[in-house]
Amino acid sequence: MLSLRFAIPTANTLIPSKNKPKPGLVVQSGWNQTDLLSSLPKRYDYKLQAATADLTDGRASMADKEVELPEGLSRELMPKHVAVIMDGNGRWARQKGLPASAGHEAGVKSLREMVELCGHWGIQVLTVFAFSTENWIRPKVEVDFLLSLFERALKSEMESFQKSGIRISVIGDSSKLPTSLLGLINEVEETTKNNTRLQLIVAVSYSGKYDVVQACRSIAERAKDGQIQLEDINESLIEQELETNCTEYPYPDLLIRTSGELRVSNFLLWQLAYTELFFAQELWPDFGKEEFVEALSSYQQRQRRYGGRHS
Amino acid sequence: MGRINQIYGCLVSLLQKCIFRILSVGPIPNHIAFIMDGNRRYSKRLNSMEGDGHKAGFSALKAMLKYCYEFGVRYVTVYAFSIDNFKRNPEQVQSLMDLMLEKIEGVLKDESVFNRYGIRIIFSGNLGLLSEPVRSTAERAMLATAKNTTAIFSVCVAYTSTNEILHAVQKSCEEKWDEIAASDSSDQDEMHHRIKLTDIEKHMYMAAAPDPDIIIRTSGETRLSNFLLWQSANCYLYSPSALWPEIGFRQFLWGILNFQRIHFYLDKKRKQL
Repeated sequence: MLSLRFAIPTANTLIPSKNKPKPGLVVQSGWNQTDLLSSLPKRYDYKLQAATADLTDGRASMADKEVELPEGLSRELMPKHVAVIMDGNGRWARQKGLPASAGHEAGVKSLREMVELCGHWGIQVLTVFAFSTENWIRPKVEVDFLLSLFERALKSEMESFQKSGIRISVIGDSSKLPTSLLGLINEVEETTKNNTRLQLIVAVSYSGKYDVVQACRSIAERAKDGQIQLEDINESLIEQELETNCTEYPYPDLLIRTSGELRVSNFLLWQLAYTELFFAQELWPDFGKEEFVEALSSYQQRQRRYGGRHS
Repeated sequence: MGRINQIYGCLVSLLQKCIFRILSVGPIPNHIAFIMDGNRRYSKRLNSMEGDGHKAGFSALKAMLKYCYEFGVRYVTVYAFSIDNFKRNPEQVQSLMDLMLEKIEGVLKDESVFNRYGIRIIFSGNLGLLSEPVRSTAERAMLATAKNTTAIFSVCVAYTSTNEILHAVQKSCEEKWDEIAASDSSDQDEMHHRIKLTDIEKHMYMAAAPDPDIIIRTSGETRLSNFLLWQSANCYLYSPSALWPEIGFRQFLWGILNFQRIHFYLDKKRKQL
């Protein structure tokens, strides 16, 4: 009992439940692969079978096909907004005897996979914690590498985001970011702003507290300009001024944090009021489809009451 | 039989004290917060009235407070009643309010217990939302224990974190209003200097206590439900599957051990900031 190696089993938390969900939750998604293949003309077969790798086929390839959900997941219970704290790149690299930069590169691959999965499974918004205001204290070499990695990833993925219908938004304190990166961010946001398949929000130089403070400042500005009275300040006004106002669904339904750390680390504080938290043991580069399915099925089994009662 | 129970009780108590002694070689959390979830499920499980679940919950609370203060934790916070809970069935709300009133009056009658241990009680939240008898009794209890300095027991009632942040934002804007209105420039940087993080933090209901080191939510649910969102930025989140009335020494011990395991790393991070 007192051994530190074994956690007291907790439902839905430290050791994700391996139980199959109750049969009642499994709903067949509207169409599965075989139905699709038999009903459509032959010439569409190749697109469906090419699956996710075929992004050069034009926007139609990802936007049109409905991918069958893994067993146990229901489309109706899918979270609209998933947030992820991508923790563990450094540890992963250390474990493999590689430099930290290799860990971050592996992290980007993991992110790419997750973006694809979210797009296929009907998740509307994916927010990722790429770089916190507290990460600025890391060694300059690492910080510079991370920012340049972000720049490179944006440049190389811009085209595929367009084709896949992904809209990119970046939130965070832009004052500390290099101008080249800022310019690129503006360009990417502008180019992808009409895409509707999935919104990918990248939090760079962001912290939950910073978000609230900047919202407070904006509100003070508006009050000063006479747009609002001090008495009008309410929760929805703050919500409008938070940086997550760039999306229709600012509140994550599910937050996933990898690498086994059990804390929120100043990410999206206000927005996490009723978010279901899922702590995964795997390090971020090892977090793949299977682990994501586990997190989603844990989410789908939870009862969300928002302070009320079910009966 | 009673004698045997007494002896057993003494032995258990002695064992717990020994364990605390050993644990206190490592870091002791300064502030522990509890989300007391699962009272109703507990009473359902026992096929009894809902009120019994809450009463059992109160006993569990007393036991946890005892462990915390004996171990040396200075600040304990509990999520007693959320603003969202007002949405529940009015009878349930009323019975919770009645229970709270009864317990606070009990504290007032027997305030020597709190005064003996030097525990100050604070009710954090939008107290204006409470009915008059509950609010005035709460205020009296706060006054009665105001001089105590050894430990603080915060009861979050009519509380949500978003409401707390909203209130802090309102108060910061009001406080700085004269400065803001008087300044001519529409320079963004100036607003940057006028309203700072510390301005907002000092207006929080929970400003009297430092950030919690551990938040324990019972019944296995892993969400914060609008509790201490601001203060939980770097806090260890622990969610045992036991329902609140079932929580005991085992879960407390486990929480402390895990806290001590990660404390060194977290402390290093905090010092860097």
